[in-house]
Amino acid sequence: MIHLEGITKAYKIAKRSTGLRQAAKALFYREHTIVDALMNISFSINQGEIVGYIGPNGAGKSTTIKIMSGILVPDTGKCTIMGYIPWKERTQYVKNIGVVFGQRSQLWWDVPVMDSFELLKDIYKVPQQEYKSTIDLLIETLELQEIVSTPVRQLSLGQRMRCEIAASLIHNPQILFLDEPTIGLDAVSKIAVRQFIKTINKEKGVTVILTTHDMNDIEALAERVILIGKGSVLYDGYLEELRQRFGTHKTITADYGKNANPIHIPGASTLSWTPERVVLSIDTDQLKTSDVITQLSNQVELIDVAIEAQPIEDIIVQLYKEYQI
Amino acid sequence: MKVYISVLKLRLSMGMQYRAAALAGVATQFFWGFISIMVFEAFYQHAVQTPPISLKELIQYIWLQQAFLVFVMMWFRDNELFDLITSGNIAYELCRPSGLYGFWYAKLLAQRLSSAFLRCFPILIVACLLPKPYNLEPPTSITSFLLFLSALLLGLLLLVAISMFLYISVFITLSPMGSLLVFGVLSEFFAGLVIPVPLMPVWLQKIAYVLPFRWTADFPFRVYSGHIPVHDAIIGILIQLTYLTVLVLLGRTTLNGVLKKVVVQGG
Repeated sequence: MIHLEGITKAYKIAKRSTGLRQAAKALFYREHTIVDALMNISFSINQGEIVGYIGPNGAGKSTTIKIMSGILVPDTGKCTIMGYIPWKERTQYVKNIGVVFGQRSQLWWDVPVMDSFELLKDIYKVPQQEYKSTIDLLIETLELQEIVSTPVRQLSLGQRMRCEIAASLIHNPQILFLDEPTIGLDAVSKIAVRQFIKTINKEKGVTVILTTHDMNDIEALAERVILIGKGSVLYDGYLEELRQRFGTHKTITADYGKNANPIHIPGASTLSWTPERVVLSIDTDQLKTSDVITQLSNQVELIDVAIEAQPIEDIIVQLYKEYQI
Repeated sequence: MKVYISVLKLRLSMGMQYRAAALAGVATQFFWGFISIMVFEAFYQHAVQTPPISLKELIQYIWLQQAFLVFVMMWFRDNELFDLITSGNIAYELCRPSGLYGFWYAKLLAQRLSSAFLRCFPILIVACLLPKPYNLEPPTSITSFLLFLSALLLGLLLLVAISMFLYISVFITLSPMGSLLVFGVLSEFFAGLVIPVPLMPVWLQKIAYVLPFRWTADFPFRVYSGHIPVHDAIIGILIQLTYLTVLVLLGRTTLNGVLKKVVVQGG
């Protein structure tokens, strides 16, 4: 469905140092640097997948999204999506996609949200019947009942974002590009948005490509992740695999009846210790969790044990470190 | 086509929100109209030779100019479009299956129409009721009135086509100020909004007649007052149509050209 091969894109950026003297100099002569935003990006995505597209700031995530939505023309490489070349057959192609740029707005600032929706309906030539049922579904699942008749300028960021997402789906696209869709959302809205993305993926088979810095989004939605750094694809595979490869650390917190002797378990490092509680960190490659608990119960009278896997955030940080990005 | 109509509708309903702005505009335009009339009257009283346009015709010219100010002024602009370009929100516009030129054209047209709706009628009505010789007279004949209407509307379409170049230039300069000043001053002057074209020196008139600007304002207003006779008016309308076609085609090509090179940076 989506196929990218050897996509390269470089930006030409004017640069100058700070200060008045430099500014004056730049009037006559400008230095340009070429920034390689993307270097040889290739991947394929099948229909109905939800793919998390992650990477540190400036890695080239948004650039890829822009190329895939036909806004940017890459320098080299091939990209076909649903049989179209996005930037060449733009008008034909964009009917099939929905895009949310988390940092930009597509709604008309001064008029109620509903008016913007109606305009989009006409732009995409959506039949009235279809529009009605789509909009009802969107309003219900994204909880927009109370805000659709408010002018956009009076909405909060989170409310606006939910409307933006709805606006991108009015024409029932088959592919949805989400560029940081949960920016600035509160916990409730985030969950609503995630739930919604899952629903349209399941029920309508919409392919979703999602960039975000919130790893909880990725965990909640994506089975597959593509990690990009400094313009290259570093990892492309299942999230679960990533976890198995890197997330081998577990934290065990144990509460027990008062015990004055410090606890020592070979192979596990003690993060903190009090007479009532100990926090241990173990590497599951070397030591089984069950063994640790057995040893613990031999030494003290256990009241409660909590085992936490390493959060996905930490795994990603570790990944960034490993690839030095 | 339906898209353009709904853009028009949306923009109209939006423009109608700003009542205070319309009221202030009406007041300013009255003030401005009176000042101009007084200035020209003073000049006419001491004219050595007969001016090429009579004071009565000139007064019609000025009232129409004030009533339809938003139809003829280049500086009446859509800051949203500028923001769209400079902030990068244009990314969304580029994801739409409709052509950008038509879409923006409709937006700009609607903006001018919605402002004119609120402003022109109070000015026209009051100007008609003013004591002679300062009043706006009814048109000389039905024919000239119909010709005026078509000339005015074509003039509006032409002005929007010219102003599209302003927005296109922002893709290259990224700041609307320069183009606004250049376009604004040039078009205003050569459209006869500062001095009516017939009062310009002959060599300047020649330049004004070659440029498209005068067809947006000077021409329809003089058709109304009868200064341009019916026969010339019909030829003029044909010239307007030609200009409109050429400018729209040129604008389309230029816009498509810059869109190919546009790079939306950041976020």
